[in-house]
Amino acid sequence: MNVDAPVLPTSSKSDGATQLRSRHLLGIAGLGAGEIALILDTAEAMKEVGTRPIKKVPALRGRTVVNLFFEPSTRTRTSFEIAEKRLSADTLSIATATSSVTKGETLIDTVRNLEAMSPDMIVMRHASSGAPHLLSRVGRAAVINAGDGMHEHPTQALLDAFTIREHKGRLAGLKVAIVGDLLHSRVLRSNVLLLNTMGADVCLCGPSTLMPAGIERFDVRSTSAIDEAVEGADVVMMLRIQQERMTGHFIPSLREYFALFGLTPERLRRAKDDVIVMHPGPMNRGVEIDSEVADGPYSVILEQVSNGVAVRMAVLYLLAGHDSAEPLKA
Amino acid sequence: MKLLLKGGRVIDPGIGKDGEFDVLVEDGRIVKINRSIAPDGAEVLELGKGWIVAPGLIDIHVHLREPGQEHKETIASGAAAAVAGGFSGIACMPNTDPVNDHAGITQFIIKKATDANLARVYPIGAVSIGSRGEQLAELGEQKSAGCVAFSDDGRPVATALLMRRALEYAGMLGVPIVDHCEDPSLKGDGVAHEGFHASALGLRGIPGLAESLMVERDVSLAELTGAHVHICHMSARQSLRAVRAGKERGVRVTCEVAPHHFTLTDEALDGPIKYDTNLKMNPPLREPADRDAMLEGIADGTVDAIATDHAPHHADEKMVEFDRAPFGITGLETAVPLVFDRLVHAGRISVKRAIELLSTNPARVLNLPGGSLAEGAPADIVVIDPDRRVTIDASRHVSKSKNTPFNGWELRGAVAYTLVGGRIVHRSA
Repeated sequence: MNVDAPVLPTSSKSDGATQLRSRHLLGIAGLGAGEIALILDTAEAMKEVGTRPIKKVPALRGRTVVNLFFEPSTRTRTSFEIAEKRLSADTLSIATATSSVTKGETLIDTVRNLEAMSPDMIVMRHASSGAPHLLSRVGRAAVINAGDGMHEHPTQALLDAFTIREHKGRLAGLKVAIVGDLLHSRVLRSNVLLLNTMGADVCLCGPSTLMPAGIERFDVRSTSAIDEAVEGADVVMMLRIQQERMTGHFIPSLREYFALFGLTPERLRRAKDDVIVMHPGPMNRGVEIDSEVADGPYSVILEQVSNGVAVRMAVLYLLAGHDSAEPLKA
Repeated sequence: MKLLLKGGRVIDPGIGKDGEFDVLVEDGRIVKINRSIAPDGAEVLELGKGWIVAPGLIDIHVHLREPGQEHKETIASGAAAAVAGGFSGIACMPNTDPVNDHAGITQFIIKKATDANLARVYPIGAVSIGSRGEQLAELGEQKSAGCVAFSDDGRPVATALLMRRALEYAGMLGVPIVDHCEDPSLKGDGVAHEGFHASALGLRGIPGLAESLMVERDVSLAELTGAHVHICHMSARQSLRAVRAGKERGVRVTCEVAPHHFTLTDEALDGPIKYDTNLKMNPPLREPADRDAMLEGIADGTVDAIATDHAPHHADEKMVEFDRAPFGITGLETAVPLVFDRLVHAGRISVKRAIELLSTNPARVLNLPGGSLAEGAPADIVVIDPDRRVTIDASRHVSKSKNTPFNGWELRGAVAYTLVGGRIVHRSA
């Protein structure tokens, strides 16, 4: 098996950061620019591993990683699983339907039982904001937040940043429009924190009913006019609008939502010529995005998915470094 | 059996007394308050310099959890927590299981409180059967059994019609409606104050208007009916404005504020422990402008009473995801330090006003005996050492539950003695 070490970043490339300060990744909040750059630089090396005929390195050999998913997820869970396997970790995935949670067990008890089997890391997706924070306070394993309620989805923001950087070579100074359900989106919160930290110029756009209270303190521009948000943008990031939003009186209909906020080829013309269009998935074609745009030349949506594996490998690798992971050498 | 409290500063705003007096208690009653009383065989409590002797404190908003949730609190443990906090009287909310919507349950509560023989316990009955907001409970029967007011606390009276009828009917009985104001549709499934901090933490918001809209409605209904409405645990500045406007036009409205709402804001959610469920209560901690409005209302007289909304929950119930945790924190054993540290020592109110808010007015709001040191009155007395420094230690609280956000806080002001009916039921001298 080919186990050559990936070429890892040197400290000079990552503003001096050579490791992450926290042993958990609970959110983008708390990460400095140097740490973000370190993760992205490490992901570049990890991406190279994915191009090899044998896509595996022994970095996490002997480590046990549990993917604990309390909410349905295909993309994120698969991405983490592949990342873990490429790093040679022993992995196991638990989805709520097959766990004791349905028998009334609390999160704490579920986690304590898992911990009794000494996993090194727990990757958690949960419908409640802050659930990974609770987990990090009671357990010994390092915790990676794979999406908590309406709070954060840090690895998504990191893979978005990685994808942007691949195309634009930088994050600082870029005009990024983020359009959609701002209120309920954890992808939004992580992206705002990351892009602000890295010096991008962010403009949020969505219906007034889906703007979070206190948005003025997010330190970004915001508007309900999509044309204004897209104007001159380097990056347009679309957020998913959920079908059930009609019941909370947030929007009258998906039809009207598309008419007012859907990303069409016409609207996209207002952006820069080399704009890239992103979407964290799952997409609602014809609701937040026209298929012509989603499948068009500016779309990098599938690249985001590919990059997700490399970014998650980087996060797993760097967090494992806290407990002196196997060196990346053979 | 005689007891002499010697050397304290006696403050009773109700009868306008403030000065250095001795207080003589005999057979459970206050018999004499004078400059210097000879012991003459009485047991003497020598009080420290500057210690305050005041009418026993009265908390008109507590949850005792019995019957039904005795793992959180019992009537006995709640009454013990009360006297440890300086409260000689407490009024307990009806949201037990079953709900106190019936004279039989009221009698049960009174029996348990009598057995405990600590603080005096005044049951508040439910406005509607099961607090379901559908049909008036038998308010007359409940009053005869000992209820001092009516409330569907925790489950706001959703229709204006039922609130109107409840006010009219309770007005006839001469008791107030104690009103948990909350528009259920605006509150939705919110868990924290709607604002920047909830947004940043991804928590569903509860706007201040969810409270104040119903305050406005019920102040107007009190005006229509001429009945007395008492607004619970105010948190939003708009609510204070509505109560102030009602008072100015002569409506019979009174209101209370809880210590956490004049001490904390939603910024605490962003503290060192993220998603601390001991910061989850209903109404939620609001923004600085709301907290400042509460402080202003406390200082200018708009606020009638400080009530703790003592809401004990078992540690297991709070050790869960923030949005799944029950609302509420304990309050009985932290109220005096918070009032003295944050209000009196901070220069916002006088000691006299503090006693008014914690004893005189609560007694008046619910027409309770107590709140007075008049000669001949039952000797329900609190002695406070206003300068004693305390560190809040929840593990040493008497309440069965320890869910307080103030654990570890260093505050100035402590209860030295609590007397109920002339008996020393708490001593921390």
